[in-house]
Amino acid sequence: MKEKLVVIGNGMAGMRTVEELLKIAPDLYEITVFGEEPYGNYNRIMLSPVLAGEKTIDEIMLNDLQWYDDNNIKLEKGKKIVDIDRKARTVTADDGTTAEYDRLLIATGSKPFIIPLPGHDLPGVIAFRDIADVDKMLDAAQNKKNAIVIGGGLLGLEAANGLMQQGMNVKVVHIMDTLMERQLDEPAAKMLRKSLEERGMQFLMGAQTESIQGDGKVEKVCFKDGSSVDADIVVMAVGIRPNIELAEKVGIHCERGIVVNDTMQTFDPRVYSVGECVQHRNETYGLVAPLFEMGKVCANHLAQYGIGRYEGSVTSTKLKVTGIDLFSAGNFTGDENTESLVFQDAAQGVYRKLIVQDNKIKGTVMYGDTIDGTWYFDLMRDGTDITDFRSTILFGQAHLGDSGHGDDNRVVAMSDSAEICGCNGVCKGDIVNAITEKKLFTLDDVRAHTKASSSCGSCTALVEALIAHTVGGDYSVAPHLKPMCQCTEHTHDEIRKAIRDNELKSIPAAQKFLEWKTPDGCPKCRTAMNYYMVCQWPDLHSADDSQSRFINERAHANIQKDGTYSVIPRMWGGGTTPTELRAIADVADKFKVKTVHVTGGQRIGLYGLKKDELPVIWKDLNDAGMVSGHAYGKALRTVKTCVGKEWCRFGTQDSTHMGIELEKLSWGSWMPHKFKMAASGCPRNCAEATIKDFGVVCVDSGYELHVGGNGGIKVRATDFLCAVTTEEEVLEYSAAYMQLYREEAHYLERTAPWIERVGLTHIKDNIVDNAENRKALAERFIYSQKFMQDDPWEARAKGAEQHEFTAIKQLNA
Amino acid sequence: MSDWIEIGTLNDIPKLGARVVTAKENDIAVFRTAEDKIFAVKDECPHKQGPLSQGIVHGNKVACPLHDWKIQLDSGVAVAPDEGCTATYPIKMEGDKIMLSLVPNEGCPNN
Repeated sequence: MKEKLVVIGNGMAGMRTVEELLKIAPDLYEITVFGEEPYGNYNRIMLSPVLAGEKTIDEIMLNDLQWYDDNNIKLEKGKKIVDIDRKARTVTADDGTTAEYDRLLIATGSKPFIIPLPGHDLPGVIAFRDIADVDKMLDAAQNKKNAIVIGGGLLGLEAANGLMQQGMNVKVVHIMDTLMERQLDEPAAKMLRKSLEERGMQFLMGAQTESIQGDGKVEKVCFKDGSSVDADIVVMAVGIRPNIELAEKVGIHCERGIVVNDTMQTFDPRVYSVGECVQHRNETYGLVAPLFEMGKVCANHLAQYGIGRYEGSVTSTKLKVTGIDLFSAGNFTGDENTESLVFQDAAQGVYRKLIVQDNKIKGTVMYGDTIDGTWYFDLMRDGTDITDFRSTILFGQAHLGDSGHGDDNRVVAMSDSAEICGCNGVCKGDIVNAITEKKLFTLDDVRAHTKASSSCGSCTALVEALIAHTVGGDYSVAPHLKPMCQCTEHTHDEIRKAIRDNELKSIPAAQKFLEWKTPDGCPKCRTAMNYYMVCQWPDLHSADDSQSRFINERAHANIQKDGTYSVIPRMWGGGTTPTELRAIADVADKFKVKTVHVTGGQRIGLYGLKKDELPVIWKDLNDAGMVSGHAYGKALRTVKTCVGKEWCRFGTQDSTHMGIELEKLSWGSWMPHKFKMAASGCPRNCAEATIKDFGVVCVDSGYELHVGGNGGIKVRATDFLCAVTTEEEVLEYSAAYMQLYREEAHYLERTAPWIERVGLTHIKDNIVDNAENRKALAERFIYSQKFMQDDPWEARAKGAEQHEFTAIKQLNA
Repeated sequence: MSDWIEIGTLNDIPKLGARVVTAKENDIAVFRTAEDKIFAVKDECPHKQGPLSQGIVHGNKVACPLHDWKIQLDSGVAVAPDEGCTATYPIKMEGDKIMLSLVPNEGCPNN
């Protein structure tokens, strides 16, 4: 017989937990849900837009009644649980309904806090918490004029805005001198107040309410200073309290909320709790992102997987008032130990403040333009050292300037047909429809369903903005440290460390040691782990599993859209000879190559080749002295050069020779991602060395070394590493730099984001300022190269891995 | 009704790998999982016709090399939220020998 799970509370946290549970263990429990409200589950944080008339109740429904039926969940709606018998393991509702449980989930959420003023119980005093409250307000707006909102926080302002949109005359009463003091500093609060006043909202600041008066219904609100204002309704929005009444009554340990551990278990091991009613590590939460993180962990334990811990959330706030962009996170006021970085343009209505301590972001407030809020939030959560870009950080990351997006579109103003994801051709309308119809909340969900932002990722900020705009709130629920993939809870760094420290020498060994959740991983983790194995154990042939390589690296050619392959031989430093050109031309003729194309890396590519032809083509090219160009690999690609001082009248050094030496040093080395180099003969920089992963710019006195450039999706000019005087030094520094990148970057992380993550200072510390470490890194690179510099074409032309290139059976007759 | 054709032996296919049978109508990809289960699937992803035989095999699924759709090898159905289906073919083992039928299994409209 199935175990019984009873859920008390039909809100977002409880149902999210049930949804997560159904995903991983659909048949484990017989589930009963008790909800006080007579509806399915709806998105409570979208009540503000409903009040403002921008959405309907139907649009904010998350799970309609059909969903409960479809999933065999018994929904006891309109019933409030009044008692729990923890010995007999039963719950009782106010109408006498009872249910037995093996596991109980308490998700009772929070209650609005009503100040016990004289008159607080008069008809016309309304909280702002559920659909019934919204109905009352909408009803009042039909025929009444004056609304007083007590509370100038997030909830109060959203209520006030909604009532104003409904045509009421709204005054906000706030006890403090500035609005939203828990989320905003004074300048931002002033800007907010100004724009709300321009829309017609009125404010009574520093006002202490003494009583609500009226004859049988609300008529006026009176203040301690003796003044009063007329009121037809009073909305009390001064805060929420965890709803712990029931839990307290039945003896479950509560403080401010129901106390839970990292697995969301209460002091009664059969009873779990999630959402706004819980107190975890002394924190209570009133925002949605933490609820989802809790739900995931709780579901995991209910499913008896026993992994995953909730370790608390860092949260951020956005105000859901259309036309007002505001973002706040962390410690936004600062103290004597912090510094403030401030950008303010009152005329444009833009304000940004970052609170910084030891060059790490501790908090942020933004008003006006908040598109970079997610970026600051990530930097804060990850504890990134901002030293290297501190002077420009206030101007933002400007995702919108990435290739394929233009630069001044704003997501909300875009038309439905505007393309958001240029890689996959996904328009704004597609994304918005998917979010509403399929009830998507997270970036990962949107990626899976629409493919938007799932390829190059440069439109991520746009997609996040669309999610926030469509479902409200800030849904960046990514945990502090991201697991490598869905097969594991471990991060890239943890996995590399485990491989190194525990001498794990094969992917299955590492999966076993790290308790993988799937039998043989997925394409994401297998390819990553294979790289980590090859990098850690270069001299161990068996560490490399060809079935865990992406096809291009398994077949040593680049798969094309029609399933054919391309062949690109190496041309050292971009140089070639008549013999090589003749060999390429002969191959092109012999195999009727459809396209011959000069690549961006100074080489010649042959396209449209059948897989079974590859070994024969490679043999012909090998015979002319050419080897694999690795144009298919997460590997050293090309070293682009100019002709340097051998021919150029401006050349200062022999950049061509320098490039060839660099390529001879590094070809064949597997990297976390593709790796491109260039050597320019003078600062005119014709080889474009300053947008390469490693670039050399020759100057009269020697060589300038540049790192971390990228010419692709997001153009990034290199950072200047240092200047050296000899070719030998260039080679040593580049080998050390490549090895540091190979050992530290996450798989599929180019040098540009890697450097932005670890900081240029870290690279300099390791390579420029520490000669001993530099030499050790370079030696490890050179040792590894002993095993890597083996032309894969030659081996396969001679018959290696024949199964890869031939059909098992030909039935063409 | 179906004619069984011997296409090779278990060891002709690498574990977590695939080989291709070239047939008149279309190529057929023959997969071998970690547990030595063998599956035959039309070598075309329902998305943009990518050659599934070139993908990474994991569990009973393969990831298409072009756009990373995951296709279930037993049913030919794409893993949600992607939607689509590619034909599967009957396979039986006779000792070590792999026998294939060229008459696709029923169930997938995309035959």
